[in-house]
Amino acid sequence: MGRFVARRLLQMIPVFLGTVTIIFFMTRMLPGDPAAAMWGDKAADPAQLAAFKHRMGLDVSIGRQYLNYMGDLLTGNFGETMAGRKVIDVIGEALPVTVRLALLAFVFELVVGVTIGLFSGLRRGKAFDKSALVLTLLLISIPVPVLGFIFQNVFAIQLKWITPTVQDSMNLGQLILPAVVLGSISLAYVARLTRTSIAENLKADYMRTAVAKGLPRRKVIGTHLLRNSMIPVVTFLGTDLGALMGGAIVTEGIFNVKGVGNALYHAINLNEGATVSGFVVVLVLVYLAASLIVDLLYAVLDPRIRYA
Amino acid sequence: MRGASQAKWVVAAVAVALAATACGSSSSDGASSGPVNAQGTFSYQSSEPQNPLQPANAMEVGGGRVIKTLFKGLVDYDPSTGKLRNQVADKIETTDAQNYTVTLKSGWTFHDGTPVTAQSFVDAWNWSANVKNNQINSDWFSDIQGYDAVHPDKGDPTAETMTGLKVVDDTHFTIALTGPVSYFEYKLGYTAFSPLPKVFFTDPAKYGQSPIGNGPYKFVSWEHNKAITVSAYDKYEGLDKPKNSGIVFKNYSQAEAAYKDLVSDNLDVLDQVDPSDLASYKNDLGDRAVDQAQGAIQSISFSLYQDSWKGQDKAKVRQGLSMAIDRDTITKTVLQGSRQPANSWVAPGAMGYKDNTCGEACTFNPEKAKQLITEGGGVPGNKITVLYNADGGHKEWVDAVCNSIRQATGVECVGDPKPDFKSARDLIKNKKVDGLMRTGWVQDYPLNANFLRDVYGTGAAANDAGYSSAEFDRLAGEADKATTVEKTAELYQQAEAQLAKDMPAIPLWYYKTTAGYSKNVQNVKYDSFGDPVFTQVEVKQK
Repeated sequence: MGRFVARRLLQMIPVFLGTVTIIFFMTRMLPGDPAAAMWGDKAADPAQLAAFKHRMGLDVSIGRQYLNYMGDLLTGNFGETMAGRKVIDVIGEALPVTVRLALLAFVFELVVGVTIGLFSGLRRGKAFDKSALVLTLLLISIPVPVLGFIFQNVFAIQLKWITPTVQDSMNLGQLILPAVVLGSISLAYVARLTRTSIAENLKADYMRTAVAKGLPRRKVIGTHLLRNSMIPVVTFLGTDLGALMGGAIVTEGIFNVKGVGNALYHAINLNEGATVSGFVVVLVLVYLAASLIVDLLYAVLDPRIRYA
Repeated sequence: MRGASQAKWVVAAVAVALAATACGSSSSDGASSGPVNAQGTFSYQSSEPQNPLQPANAMEVGGGRVIKTLFKGLVDYDPSTGKLRNQVADKIETTDAQNYTVTLKSGWTFHDGTPVTAQSFVDAWNWSANVKNNQINSDWFSDIQGYDAVHPDKGDPTAETMTGLKVVDDTHFTIALTGPVSYFEYKLGYTAFSPLPKVFFTDPAKYGQSPIGNGPYKFVSWEHNKAITVSAYDKYEGLDKPKNSGIVFKNYSQAEAAYKDLVSDNLDVLDQVDPSDLASYKNDLGDRAVDQAQGAIQSISFSLYQDSWKGQDKAKVRQGLSMAIDRDTITKTVLQGSRQPANSWVAPGAMGYKDNTCGEACTFNPEKAKQLITEGGGVPGNKITVLYNADGGHKEWVDAVCNSIRQATGVECVGDPKPDFKSARDLIKNKKVDGLMRTGWVQDYPLNANFLRDVYGTGAAANDAGYSSAEFDRLAGEADKATTVEKTAELYQQAEAQLAKDMPAIPLWYYKTTAGYSKNVQNVKYDSFGDPVFTQVEVKQK
């Protein structure tokens, strides 16, 4: 177990360096000059433009910039935004919001998705199963912005239960609706994965054994069936957590949530390479951590899996 | 979801009245007016400032509008008449349009209680002009003598102060310009010319995060990417005392979200209605909808530096192409009435605006268009392209303009989208456009000189067409030397007539403020910069 974790942690280093390198060069290759764009339609002042580029470290070759960036990164320095703020501060403001939003969405899709999947799987072909299939199909096929606008119109404009956008991004209560929208597509996948997995494992030998031993139905389903059926679901959820953190640009825009998606959108618009790569660095770390946890969970869920 | 992604560039940020052509509907507070709560605050749709909040460091609206409420300069523009009026200045005197003597009113204070003196202005301007301080609007001081020394093109400044600025005593200072600029007082209305308190110079970075000004509102807080809050300053000496007790500049990254909040009264004053709600906003808001002209123009310019557009005959071709554009139909259909057809190079609302200076050439006439293009020797290759940035919502109208040209004249016309504003500007600035390009101008100050000299003068920073006319430059030069603003405006009208002959750019339409406000507020008016008149907004009693 310990050796496995150590090996995985070591493997993360090249993955991490590779992604950061790729993102660094991708953001720097975006067309246009971010410094000159600060002057808008007007011609930039040459002396100030040069001074500005010098401050941002953009006046040296791209290779040199890369080395500087990686060097700074190792010391925990993420660089500065165009406005002269520390990128780490921008991340520090946006990340707590997105963590809240992502966890809410995650809990929502996990609880509701697994419940729907479990009952559908147990009652395959029955009315509940069929309506769940229709519902999940609907959720998968409706694009997130459409769902967001429908929810806004129904719950805020018509029913007036909530405000159309989030007024305080740190307020968990206000984040519920965006979280439901954000988690809805994944919810459909979780429900379908659980259903299939449950339906398959119902026919497994260990299930017949458990029933034959005379274990109560509750224990058969809870301990044996559900636990063994969770492996594909956990795999999906693990990668999804990363996606929820970084991929909420659309949902955060619709509901005006001041999280990572919003900050990334703003930074990409301004062509702020340092901010974009800063966020990506954090997201890569989240992904790597999530995938490690998923791998470790396999062993917990299925006793047949052992790590050397 | 990229509807309103492109930052809007506004330079001057003070209020000006509307032209007679403006279809104002904001004055209709009849049915919904009620008792006013003077202690009430309201929220406004805003965006994150791109720079610290220093008066000469905001070129975009996110920072510009906040600074406008926090600082007040020598003069500003009366929001109801558009005329220049004195604020901190008691009088500004000149006999030759080159040497000015400024007299200040006494009694003005900064929000920290220190008095506003002649030194506050001179120090602020010297600091803002200095190349070391990297203020984005530093070139606004370039008319002043000694600017070259504090802001050389290369290298370190050789002086800390401009020789053209001299403090006489606490309430008097003099300004000497490098040459006569008769509309210099108009420029002084821009926020870059605001005064700064002594304490600012001890730590400019810190006071860029929590500014101390002398305007109608004082700074309260700045939660990055969320909101900026300001509250009314009770010792404000200006003519425009606030009728409310504060403003929250609420950050929205999507205009759609702001609109939804406005409709449900969670946001009080809107900046602009997003494109997808334009069709229905008048229905949704009723008499709280605003629709009026702005001091900004959209045009398409020719790359006159390319061989294909050189020669006197080609002016006819350019006039013909202009005539082939059905502005009325395009503004009504494709642009959903959010623009007003242009027939001049100056937007209405600016002093010296003259209706229909473009004349026949801006009137849709397919027959005449075809004839002029043939007379001028036709378009090279019978094909034109219109370069634009694909991230600013321009595709629809560029395609419509091209369709109009194609149908009217048979000239093949296609849009040439570049992925974003930055890459399009790079090509335009470096004079690498082959054909036509989208250009536009937002007024810095409401005077026709700003629409003409800064865009069409030889070598002007925004002269994207590379236009150079000896006659235009001669008239503009004379206009700049005139001693009254009225004379300047008149001479610039003569210069504008030269544009009609040469047609370096086709005027398309003027921008409009399409906005609105919630049921919580009343008396919301917008000026020709598209900014609400913040001090006049009244919050209703609940």
